[in-house]
Amino acid sequence: MIAVASFSRLVALTRKETRQMLRDRSNLVVGLVLPAVLILLFGYGLSFDVTDARVAVVLEDSSPVTLNAVAGLAGSDYLSPIWMHSMPEAEAMIRAGEADAILRVPSEFTRDLSHGSGTLQLILNGVDSNTAQSIEGYATGAITNALEHLADRGDARFGDAGGITLVQRTWFNEAGTSTWFLVPGLIVLVMTLIGAFLTSLLIAREWERGTLESLFVTPVRPLELVLSKLAPYLVIGAIDLVMCLLAAKFLFHVPMRGSLWIIVLSSMLYLLVSLAMGLWISGVTRNQFAASQMALLASFMPAMMLSGFVFDLRNVPLVVQVISQALPATHFMSLVKTLFMVGNYWPEIAKSVVILSLYGVLLIWATRRTLAKRLD
Amino acid sequence: MRDLTVRAEGLRQVFDDPDIGEVVAIDELSLEIQAGELTALVGPDGAGKTTLMRLLAGLLKPAAGSLTVLGTDVLKHPQAVQDRISYMPQRFGLYEDLSVQENLDLYADLHGVPPDQRKERFGRMLEMTDMARFTDRPAGKLSGGMKQKLGLACTLVRSPDLLLLDEPSVGVDPLSRRDLWAIVQQLVDDERLSVIISTSYMDEAERCARVFVMDKGRILADGTPAALTAKAAGLTFTATPPAGTPARELQARLIDHPSLVVDAVPEAGRVRFIRQPDADQAKCEALLGDIRTAPRAEELEDAFMMLLRQQQDEPPQSPASQAAESDADVPMPPRDEKPVIVVRDLVRKFGDFTAVASTSFDVGRGEIFGLLGPNGAGKTTTFRMLCGLLPATSGQLEVAGRNLRTARAQARAKIGYVAQKFALYGNLSVRQNLEFFGGAYGMRGRELAGRIKNAIAQFDLDPSAQSGLLPAGYKQRLAMATGLLHRPEILFLDEPTSGIDPLARRAFWRTITALSKEGVTIVITTHFMEEAEYCDRIAIQDAGEMLIIGTPAEVREKAAAGADGETVRTMNDAFIAVVEQNRARHDRQRAAA
Amino acid sequence: MGAIAFLFPLLALIRKELFAILKDPSSRALLFAPALIQALLFGYGATYDLTNAPFALLDQSRSEASARIVADIEGTGVFHRIATLQSTSQIADQIESGDALLVVSFPADFAATLARGEQAQVQAIFDGRNSSTAGLAAAYLSAIVARYNAEEGASAPLSIVRRAWFNPNFESRWNLMPALIASLSMLQTLMLSALSVAREREQGTFDQLLVTPLTPGQILIGKALPAILIGLLQSTIIFLIIRFWFQIPMNGQVWLMYLGLIAFTTAAVGLGLSISAVALTMQQAMLYTFILIMPLMLLSGLLTPVRNMPAILQWATYANPLRFGIDLVRRVYLEGARLSDVAFDFVPLLAVAAVTLPLAAWLFRNRLS
Repeated sequence: MIAVASFSRLVALTRKETRQMLRDRSNLVVGLVLPAVLILLFGYGLSFDVTDARVAVVLEDSSPVTLNAVAGLAGSDYLSPIWMHSMPEAEAMIRAGEADAILRVPSEFTRDLSHGSGTLQLILNGVDSNTAQSIEGYATGAITNALEHLADRGDARFGDAGGITLVQRTWFNEAGTSTWFLVPGLIVLVMTLIGAFLTSLLIAREWERGTLESLFVTPVRPLELVLSKLAPYLVIGAIDLVMCLLAAKFLFHVPMRGSLWIIVLSSMLYLLVSLAMGLWISGVTRNQFAASQMALLASFMPAMMLSGFVFDLRNVPLVVQVISQALPATHFMSLVKTLFMVGNYWPEIAKSVVILSLYGVLLIWATRRTLAKRLD
Repeated sequence: MRDLTVRAEGLRQVFDDPDIGEVVAIDELSLEIQAGELTALVGPDGAGKTTLMRLLAGLLKPAAGSLTVLGTDVLKHPQAVQDRISYMPQRFGLYEDLSVQENLDLYADLHGVPPDQRKERFGRMLEMTDMARFTDRPAGKLSGGMKQKLGLACTLVRSPDLLLLDEPSVGVDPLSRRDLWAIVQQLVDDERLSVIISTSYMDEAERCARVFVMDKGRILADGTPAALTAKAAGLTFTATPPAGTPARELQARLIDHPSLVVDAVPEAGRVRFIRQPDADQAKCEALLGDIRTAPRAEELEDAFMMLLRQQQDEPPQSPASQAAESDADVPMPPRDEKPVIVVRDLVRKFGDFTAVASTSFDVGRGEIFGLLGPNGAGKTTTFRMLCGLLPATSGQLEVAGRNLRTARAQARAKIGYVAQKFALYGNLSVRQNLEFFGGAYGMRGRELAGRIKNAIAQFDLDPSAQSGLLPAGYKQRLAMATGLLHRPEILFLDEPTSGIDPLARRAFWRTITALSKEGVTIVITTHFMEEAEYCDRIAIQDAGEMLIIGTPAEVREKAAAGADGETVRTMNDAFIAVVEQNRARHDRQRAAA
Repeated sequence: MGAIAFLFPLLALIRKELFAILKDPSSRALLFAPALIQALLFGYGATYDLTNAPFALLDQSRSEASARIVADIEGTGVFHRIATLQSTSQIADQIESGDALLVVSFPADFAATLARGEQAQVQAIFDGRNSSTAGLAAAYLSAIVARYNAEEGASAPLSIVRRAWFNPNFESRWNLMPALIASLSMLQTLMLSALSVAREREQGTFDQLLVTPLTPGQILIGKALPAILIGLLQSTIIFLIIRFWFQIPMNGQVWLMYLGLIAFTTAAVGLGLSISAVALTMQQAMLYTFILIMPLMLLSGLLTPVRNMPAILQWATYANPLRFGIDLVRRVYLEGARLSDVAFDFVPLLAVAAVTLPLAAWLFRNRLS
């Protein structure tokens, strides 16, 4: 009997929340349109993959050997060489942002090479260190390859046949396409966004508008309030999840090696955690402005910057790692990347699901406490 | 012994204020409230009425004392009490984006009202609130009075064992107020409902079986309305001013002598006043001079005013009398015959909806002009157009010789505006607010400092207090001080006395009458019909239409002439009569068409 | 007289705005603490640098040559061995669990092949879940092998001398942190200005402001200046952290950076005030801000370079003040760019400000409720 009454209250409250959500168009814009825009921006706009980096090649020595060596640059998909003859000119191009690197072939290069110590000079604009390092790798590779070809043709100046070959294999993402790891991360961000931007306003709005005072003096229980506020946004989140998965598969062709069901279920679990986090912030601050600021600063920004979305957590100092590990987003980020690119790796699934469930229960319990029927 | 619904003993509630420290809201309060009757809580702002209501509803935890509601210890088992009572907070939390029906459904579901009972109950509620036509309308689109009625309907979706109503009639027009009371009265009669209601209207308290007068967190007095009223017996009189003198001038003179006169208000061209019980006879005669006075029957309001005045630590210097002194050097603007506000065929439409229909009137210099009307009648829209905040759809509008909307900034410097709700910067101090608005009006340096000093003295303000935390009466004073800082020629006041206790209202009107005497034109809206008595002329609007314009006496006369058989004694009666006559006429026309 | 009549009411408004923003300690904290904390946190946390690459070793060769290469790998300070494997079957678990970023594997015939003067293979298997980390580790490893080959005379006696301008050690922090000077402060200035009018509208004080003789221009300046000031203050906090805590050397002129920041912040405040003038409630203002912030951040070059984007998105970035704010600050700070080098960056910034600020002023009075 009590359960029945509680259930019918829950239904009534959920209906109310759903209506409110649907009537304010801005909710739908943030909940559905913004994720769609983000999917496209992330998929197409964010990329670490260098293409056509402009390398100013200053040829002070133009012997056939030199030309052979630098010809490799032109053959690279990643680099587009600009041929020129004076250093000051090339340096000016870097300063003006028109070139990313200079490859200088000194006039004595061919002679030195035959004496066993050829030196090329590579000057990079190091501001974007990531791109610079990629360019260095590509340029070095292209030149070395070209020289090896010469060696294979028996020219002993370019090394003998014996030596070590490094056979590199990158599992899960052979081509190193950054979209493959950015798009699964996008699911994390979209799920975080709904909690941070939408549910974070819900309780605060009721405090500000005074509707909670009336609601408190009814048989309604705090937990019913919490659950009814989660339900409609879980649906919005589920729609977003479907959009993300469809885009991942058909727009960006990201492999989905784990089981779809586990991806869906774990995403819904994280969605619940994220929504509950938003609600809890809302209940604690009781003020829409403060709640949205808090949610942005404490939930969304860390999920973007500190969860291992783009920045590998292996490389950060211990303190930051500890903070990262405290974020639910970090655990889901790691899980979702594994599920997409590796497959059903059970130890990781089990660990993340347990942690996320704990967060879910804890946050719902804490939110329920913020709705204890008291005004003081 | 009869059943008790509430029993409180030694109740104490304190709030922590970061600036002031502990604030005692309820102070060692003990009371017993009987079941099955209407009980009123009355008292000035900050008396602790709302806190007591919230305690009864189990929403606060008191620092000390015991509190039993419906036989249950509410401190231990708040949910058990909340399952049985219904509570309507001062600002009822309607979901403005949900429709009337959806709001009702929500509360019915939460209270677990069975479907079969629901139909009957909703029908009755919608009929009583006269809202059956609007069930699909979003609650946010209802007028203030309708919102209150819907709030009451939501509170009453089921028949509770105890009904708590916290100032349900604040900001509600007389018609809606009458409707609200009809609903409550009917439930008390039909279902022997126990009701506790807090109010600042004495005519409402008079309808209750028992009245508790609260002040500073304590019970000052309690008893039946009759027993309380008796406290003023023999002290109440009516004074008739000499011909040609407005009643408000006599009223001002009387109320400026708090040692002799407890209270004075204008009514129907005369002045009702209460003599101090221990007033010196000779001085009284000197004050009144040859003015004719006659004894009148005492009312609950008289007793209430006496109780409150006794509680005041010292009889305050009336702020307005100081104002008159400090501003004595201001040359009075010449009284010319040209009206300062001219409105011709003013129309304002929002989409299909006509908020103000072809309205025309003039206001002369130094006049107090009252704009009355039910909630949603178009008063605020008219007001916003006059102040240049809203463009008119059509028509002509001149304020101080210019159209404020298109006029240059200097024209706006001539008006002052006090908004309906507190519209100053709540997180700034009193002084910072004054400094800002003074600066915005182009004052600076010594001139500004001098005016702020005067304003602070005149309105008895604490310059360092945070504006948002002031009691309602002081917020209102600050809003006035701000609106007057630049000495405007015309002052617009939109429901300035809504939610303010009688003492503060007296002080407010004393200021207004003093300003008018200096030649400031005043346009004011109010829901307190007795305040219309202070006005030179009033206009009554309904559904965007101007129904009547004239002096209070003329309005009363016309209303009485149109009302067949019904008594039109007070301004309240006159207002209801005018609006209802007009609505009836419309209904007849619609029926004929 | 005209100037004074314009200036004094304006000063009163600016004073009021600053009071309202900075009055209580909690709102002061909310304005400056996040900038401080985020600058520190992201300074440490947002790095592309490879500092810690755990690897597992499968050395079936157990030879002098393999030991030398392993020593070279471990000598970089970046790689550290977390496991020594016994068989190829153990590789998968190391990679899948994410414990090891890479597994280096020497086949049993490694030394023998090498001794025969043939090409001996070293295998490296990377966890590609984060492709940029995997790519960096691969580059390190290649360099180690190449050096070995060169020392042994097994490859061309070629050395490529690398010199990186502006950021000699390729620290990604150097790239990211100056971008934070613009982007972190934008977050809050946008929010602050977006809420400023919406809050006054909701609290009814905006009407009170509109009935005063203040002109829309005065209200605009009065609302914009404090927000710009707060934005610059936040930028300064972040700048100081970068300069003195993270000790990233500043190559350019401070005044030029601030000139750029003023233009950038003005554009951001213009966007915020336009949102504010359109929004009817604070909630709407906040949601509009969120909707705007995300694309602004993503299309700014903060996380990934603008040039990697498809052409159509690159065009879209021209409307994004943050893109040019970041570009300007980065180039002045790191590259020591002069006014003539970055003059173009000012054009879009000033254009955005020139559109949004008058729009906001017009909307103040003409947005009907």
